[in-house]
Amino acid sequence: MLANYGYKDATGDYFITIDTDQCDGCGDCVEACPVQVFVIEDEDPNDPLRDIPVAVVADDKKNKLKYECDSCKSSGDQVSLPCIEICNVKAISHSW
Amino acid sequence: MEKNKQEYWRWTESNWRNPDINPGDVELFTVGIDVGSVSSQAVIAADGEVYAYGSMRTGSDSPTSAVNALNYAIEAAGIDRERVNYTVGTGYGRINVPFADRTLTEIACHARGANYIYGDKVRTVLDVGGQDIKAIHCDENGKVITFMMNDKCAAGTGRGMEILADLLGVPIDEVGDRSFAFEGDEPAPVSSVCVIYAKTEATGLLRKGWSTEQVLAAYCRAMAERIYSLVKRIGMEKEFAVTGGMSKNSGVMDRVMKLAGIERITTQWDTQIAGAIGAAIFGHSLCKNKKRKKRRRR
Repeated sequence: MLANYGYKDATGDYFITIDTDQCDGCGDCVEACPVQVFVIEDEDPNDPLRDIPVAVVADDKKNKLKYECDSCKSSGDQVSLPCIEICNVKAISHSW
Repeated sequence: MEKNKQEYWRWTESNWRNPDINPGDVELFTVGIDVGSVSSQAVIAADGEVYAYGSMRTGSDSPTSAVNALNYAIEAAGIDRERVNYTVGTGYGRINVPFADRTLTEIACHARGANYIYGDKVRTVLDVGGQDIKAIHCDENGKVITFMMNDKCAAGTGRGMEILADLLGVPIDEVGDRSFAFEGDEPAPVSSVCVIYAKTEATGLLRKGWSTEQVLAAYCRAMAERIYSLVKRIGMEKEFAVTGGMSKNSGVMDRVMKLAGIERITTQWDTQIAGAIGAAIFGHSLCKNKKRKKRRRR
């Protein structure tokens, strides 16, 4: 499943996509993110019949991703983000 | 004193029982409760088929609303509450279903519910609820493939429509039809669908001499554009189905379909209960899995 967390407002689209078919819930992204955007759920609330853990975007972060992720993005020429870099299975992507 | 002031936003609460199912023959009763921001529904499934439901307004107290909706469904079902084997809570207020065995997101439940009420050909589900919009792609089993949800802003949602209906004094059930009942060309959409600015802009248009129908048309068009711009992100694959209260509003939904250039499929079911149906059916699968695991352990 491609789980899109985030929002669209007048300034743009701010979505983090987690490919849950790739994600094995290892938790590396949780460690790598400096602002705790990710959490690991033992049971995927979007896929009740799945029985392995999965990364999701924290409820209190998904509606302010533009600001939360700014600390990693603001350097301008930065090409890679810690969450994307650390993920072994390339399950994470950003829309902006 | 306006003692008898009509509440134009008020939609009809209802409960129902499936006359074709005999509760005596049922092995497993499971309940799905969808506590939304505007409405709460409880569905009782009998061995995975919808047996009864209750749909009512969410009050200021979510846990009470969950219990009220369940009691309303139980009342229609005519069964003892003790017979419920498993309960799944979903929706915006899902943490407020204290007696649930499991809570799931509306995403999973709406996809599964749409698969049940519209059939297994559904690939895109658009749910426009009280204060959020969800777009979901699913497979023939109602399993989610992609989803996108926007709950940051209430523009284009049911709550916004309720406020507009009240403002213009048009009963919410009539908004759809009346938004097409104007003379001449379709008016341009209003510039902002923001619930907060709705009153200012609508009063301004009325003062300019617009008819109520024209204002409704301009709002429905603006809401449709807003909804379409969100759904476009994940794409609209056929068959296309709409759930949630807004699916009853043709003024908005017909305009969304016109923008998208496709038709939505129809159903006899109350589309507002899709999430609770999904929850109740998942409850059935989860309850069976639990029993199987227990048996294995013995």
